[in-house]
Amino acid sequence: MTSSDVARQPDKGPRGLNLAGHVGFDSLPDQLVNKSICQGFCFNILCIGETGIGKSTLMDTLFNTNFENFESSHFEPQVKLRAQTYDLQESNVRLRLTVVNTVGFGDQMNKQESYQPVVDYIDRQFESYLQEELKIKRSLHNYHDSRVHACLYFISPSGHSLKSLDLVTMKKLDSKVNIIPVIAKADTISKSELHKFKIKIMSELVSNGVQIYQFPLDDETVAKVNTSMNGHLPFAVVGSTEEVSVGNKMVKARQYPWGIVQVENENHCDFVKLREMLICVNMEDLREQTHTRHYELYRRCKLEEMGFKDTDPECKPVSLQQTYEAKRQEFLVELQKREDEMRQMFVQRVKEKEAELKDAERELQSRFEQLKRLHADEKANLEDKKRLLDEDQSSFSKRRAAAQLLQAQSFTANGKKDKDRKNSGFM
Amino acid sequence: MQDLHFMNFVGGADLFGYVGIEAVLDQMRMKTMKAGFEFNIMVVGQSGLGKSTLVNTLFKSKISRKSCTPNYEEKICKTVKLHAVSHVIEEKGVKMKLTVVDTPGFGDQINNENCWEPIVKYINEQYEKFLREELNVNRKRRIPDSRVHCCIYFLPATGHRLRPIDVEFMKRLGKMVSIVPVIAKADTLTVEERQEFKEQIRKDLDANGICVYPQEEFDEDPDERLLNHRIRESIPFAVVGTDQEHQVNGNKVLGRKTKWGIIEVENVAHCEFANLRDLLIRSHLQDLKDVTHNILYENYRVRRLNESNITFSELELSSWPTENGTDKSQL
Repeated sequence: MTSSDVARQPDKGPRGLNLAGHVGFDSLPDQLVNKSICQGFCFNILCIGETGIGKSTLMDTLFNTNFENFESSHFEPQVKLRAQTYDLQESNVRLRLTVVNTVGFGDQMNKQESYQPVVDYIDRQFESYLQEELKIKRSLHNYHDSRVHACLYFISPSGHSLKSLDLVTMKKLDSKVNIIPVIAKADTISKSELHKFKIKIMSELVSNGVQIYQFPLDDETVAKVNTSMNGHLPFAVVGSTEEVSVGNKMVKARQYPWGIVQVENENHCDFVKLREMLICVNMEDLREQTHTRHYELYRRCKLEEMGFKDTDPECKPVSLQQTYEAKRQEFLVELQKREDEMRQMFVQRVKEKEAELKDAERELQSRFEQLKRLHADEKANLEDKKRLLDEDQSSFSKRRAAAQLLQAQSFTANGKKDKDRKNSGFM
Repeated sequence: MQDLHFMNFVGGADLFGYVGIEAVLDQMRMKTMKAGFEFNIMVVGQSGLGKSTLVNTLFKSKISRKSCTPNYEEKICKTVKLHAVSHVIEEKGVKMKLTVVDTPGFGDQINNENCWEPIVKYINEQYEKFLREELNVNRKRRIPDSRVHCCIYFLPATGHRLRPIDVEFMKRLGKMVSIVPVIAKADTLTVEERQEFKEQIRKDLDANGICVYPQEEFDEDPDERLLNHRIRESIPFAVVGTDQEHQVNGNKVLGRKTKWGIIEVENVAHCEFANLRDLLIRSHLQDLKDVTHNILYENYRVRRLNESNITFSELELSSWPTENGTDKSQL
């Protein structure tokens, strides 16, 4: 900034000033919010859990609607992910919600690679955002953000501890996505067992170094509620979309012969806490963490992997452009090489084909000659035969002519004899 | 490994009860209030048109120091020197870092050819700084935004039409920054003269193909177009600035006291200051920032990334060749 024509204050940070009256920029947050309302919000949840553990039901219960659900079989050969996008609206807020469910998680005999499709999916979403961001002509503010903002990991209610599959999967995902572990089908665990179970799970997570999502504590308005919620992790949830009448109200519940488990009763399960935390209090923070922490980490790793650096070996800042240029040159050279190779191969193939065709032509030619010779032979044969036949014919006609003549002569001779006899008879 | 993707549009009626999605609005509000806002405004115009006074009136505080009459030596300086001052102001919990870039010397020389070049250079430098930071592998969470969001261009109240320097400046900068032209010291025009002047200015702007804020080509939907159309019909705003208060009808008002009356700055019958303030601050501040970030900065970025003959000297932003300031800005 030194040699430019701009003079700035010494960089102690800007001074604070007092306002003598109402200026009006306190409406800024409202202006921002109004713009966001026009654009709508995006929220993407990934649900990981074994088949039949209640992922779809919980989503239905959370968002108070019936998403299209497919019952998956237990015989999937590989873990797959199924993503469904819905447009929800509550009062004037439009939410584009994408729910991604794992299909066949935990069903295979060999679960070593089970986490890989999930990691790949998350990375693919980061990748497409990064691609959009690196484009020259881009439209980021219109981009449909498909990055996973929250990952609900469903823990089986065994009551004992985490499975090794759970630990391995969560460890692989904790630096890529905000993990919120939940205990599914919590109505199978009694209160005391649940308490011990939660403690066991949290200590296992800590001892294995798994970083789950911590509800943010830096904002005073939500710090208190977030601190207490952090203490209730993982949430023990029960999901149900069926309504049962309790007292004089219809509530979402599961009805058993021995009682009714009410989903929204905080004494029965932690569903309300989950909904509070996930949607009402921290949705924006989840989105922000995904963008500023997980995505930035992915971007940094990806760019470094591709060879981009901020400083080159002499510690002078390297611009992205220079690296781009270098890469582009490399790429062009590679392209040229490939093109040459292809051209050579093409020439080769043409030569071969030509040789083949020539051979075929030669063969045809020789066959033609052969046939011609045969034909000529035949013709000569036939001509001979014809000549013989002609000779025969002519000799035959000669003989016939001769025979006829003879006959004619003998006839006239006979006739004369007869005539003579006749004549002689008169005598 | 396939993803099966479905797009299902579940309408509002299908939500069988309370979910709590609208709480996200409050969450967003709290987060932005905590993070604070940045706003960078540039004032361009000849000296004596009341730029500093207007900024002080807009933000109701002593942001800019009024330049006292420059003495003889200072007036001779040949270039426009930009001067940026930042302050943090707070209102009802909303913190804003306001940077005002002043351009003393603009249009003051005898020969004013190319007086816009330092301004163009400054604007491009801010875009470049942001681009560099955005392209870094390790980058900050919040990239400091020093890009000029709004440029207030002061037109002297001649009552006639745009002068060549006005046309040149606005033509060149209209594609790089959101220009808000204002008629300065408008208390020298009667209401009729003011109307005529504004119409003439609008005609001149049209004739020269100058796009001022709100730019017609960036309107996104019919509602916005309608709203912006009404604004476009009333620019440029004829403003009067002051920091003195007087008593009028028992109320304290901001105004200029003259022998023939008190010109109330915030009275819409007297001048259009209140309209300008409402546009700039109360209703379109976020929009100014969005236009700068989503459109003008993106245009700059596209141009920059397409340039194949880039000669980068690492952090010497000011060794930028001036060709970039004149010709390329015609795009």
